[in-house]
Amino acid sequence: MELVAQLLDWFTAPAQWTGSSGIPVRVLEHVLYTVAATGVAVVVGLPIGLAVGHTGRGGTVAVNTTNVGRAIPSFGIIVLFFFIFGIDPVPAVIMLVALALPPIVTNTYVGVRSVAPAVTDSAAGMGLTGWQVLREVEIPAAMPLIMAGIRTSAVQVVATATLAAYIGLGGLGRYIFDGLSQQVLNQVVGGAILVALLALATELALGRVQRLVVPRGLQARSRQAALDAKLT
Amino acid sequence: MITFESVTKQFPGGTTAVDELHLQVPDGEVVVLVGPSGCGKTTILRMVNRMIEPSGGRVAVNGEDVMRTSPPRLRRGIGYVIQGIGLFPHRTIAQNVATVPKLEGWDDDRIKARVDELIETVGLPDGVRDRYPHQLSGGQQQRVGVARALAADPPVMLMDEPFAAVDPIVRTRLQDEFLRLQSEVRKTIVFVTHDIDEAIKMGDRIAILSQGGHLQQYATPKELLAEPANDFVADFLGAERGLKRLALIPVSQVEAAPGPVVAPGAGIDEARRVAETHSSDWVVVVDDEGRARGWARLDELDGRGPVDGVRLRDFELTVHADDSLRTALNALVISRHGVAVRLGDGDRYEGLLTRELLSEELR
Repeated sequence: MELVAQLLDWFTAPAQWTGSSGIPVRVLEHVLYTVAATGVAVVVGLPIGLAVGHTGRGGTVAVNTTNVGRAIPSFGIIVLFFFIFGIDPVPAVIMLVALALPPIVTNTYVGVRSVAPAVTDSAAGMGLTGWQVLREVEIPAAMPLIMAGIRTSAVQVVATATLAAYIGLGGLGRYIFDGLSQQVLNQVVGGAILVALLALATELALGRVQRLVVPRGLQARSRQAALDAKLT
Repeated sequence: MITFESVTKQFPGGTTAVDELHLQVPDGEVVVLVGPSGCGKTTILRMVNRMIEPSGGRVAVNGEDVMRTSPPRLRRGIGYVIQGIGLFPHRTIAQNVATVPKLEGWDDDRIKARVDELIETVGLPDGVRDRYPHQLSGGQQQRVGVARALAADPPVMLMDEPFAAVDPIVRTRLQDEFLRLQSEVRKTIVFVTHDIDEAIKMGDRIAILSQGGHLQQYATPKELLAEPANDFVADFLGAERGLKRLALIPVSQVEAAPGPVVAPGAGIDEARRVAETHSSDWVVVVDDEGRARGWARLDELDGRGPVDGVRLRDFELTVHADDSLRTALNALVISRHGVAVRLGDGDRYEGLLTRELLSEELR
């Protein structure tokens, strides 16, 4: 109970909501890292996933290569980058991009590959060009999986962007690392709660986006599929 | 007209799918390619719209070598229906049907009118327009597939086992409706199936192929069944070749025998005499207006009054002019006396079909 009271104190202190180390600024920094990293990962990963998915060539190579990003410990990279580049947000964002790429590439690739062969065959057979097949058939049909990949990536990035603070950058990680070194428990827990809330908000916001970009005909089905996945 | 001139297809790795094929598909006809798996029938079909390109020879649609037209242009003029149907899952039925017209840049009003027309033509309820493919039954989806292929009114259609994925009852219905539709639209159609019965039913001509894309025989169903070119074809047609031939011949083609006919007022003596000349022990009773009233057994006539004094028996099965001889054979086998009674409109008596008459027809 004492912790709850302390947390309340921490959250309600006026100083907490203003200035360069206030919650709004830290949230903004955190969001910036996340948007930058996820954005770059989408810009890089989506074309890769679409290309290997559409041509059916190089899928394993692409998926395995990007998966390296998942295998390397983020904490290790960020410390390494710190010794090489000093306090610089660019390496931190690159670390986050490496983490964000695998789900996007894999999901996009799998999404495009899993469009029924009969669908792409009939599309080509009716006279759609390769581009048209990709744009009008494969991308819309793969959209539920593509969006699921982006959501997974973004939420992971929100959680991991906390590490940026470890090398002297901003973001919500500041509360956690500073709190730990100064042994201010309520600040550590407060920071962790903010990170969790931001991850949740990200998930919800992207859910909204998903509803906008996934074609209507696939929504009922993807909702059903999500439900089935949860049940099993 | 679609022509294949010494068309060969070798796949990388050296397997020959089609070997020196010569074939002509006349305008407005359904040509069925049939054969066991590995006979190259799908490869042949897919060479028409360049989904597969020949390694040698020439495939031409209306005189134009397909290799000299860009694939998208070529394909928009050729309807394409495949077994998996391949409807776009993210598009409504109307949008699916509108695919090619949209590519061809039709204006919205024209597309809408065409879609409405096609949905009706293929026998779909109006309510499916704005539904999605997964909300339809397999048979309905197949109809959408046909409507989509017909959308821009292409003169040529390619159909690769289009009805294989639906259950037998729905398949029969789709086949019948397709034949009715084809009799109106008269497209030039290449149709692939592995089912010889479907081939016989759907094809104006049938090309029977064997492993490695060798054309064994190319003929009308009747010719094929009457004179299979070799053992392979005979085997492929199956043991019931005679029955399959009968199925193709309408009852109207056979002149029915008059049979032992008496008027309702005829007495026992006349009935006996008529029956005797036809060496039967029964008579058919036909009234002044030519209507068949039923039949009677001689030993049930009571000897004095007219034949309609006894209770006449009904015919269990009767056949009509547009039934097939196979239907007649069925009626004949079931009938106690080995005959099938042919009736016209309003039960008009048209005669009897016997086993001898059917055999004669196959000779």
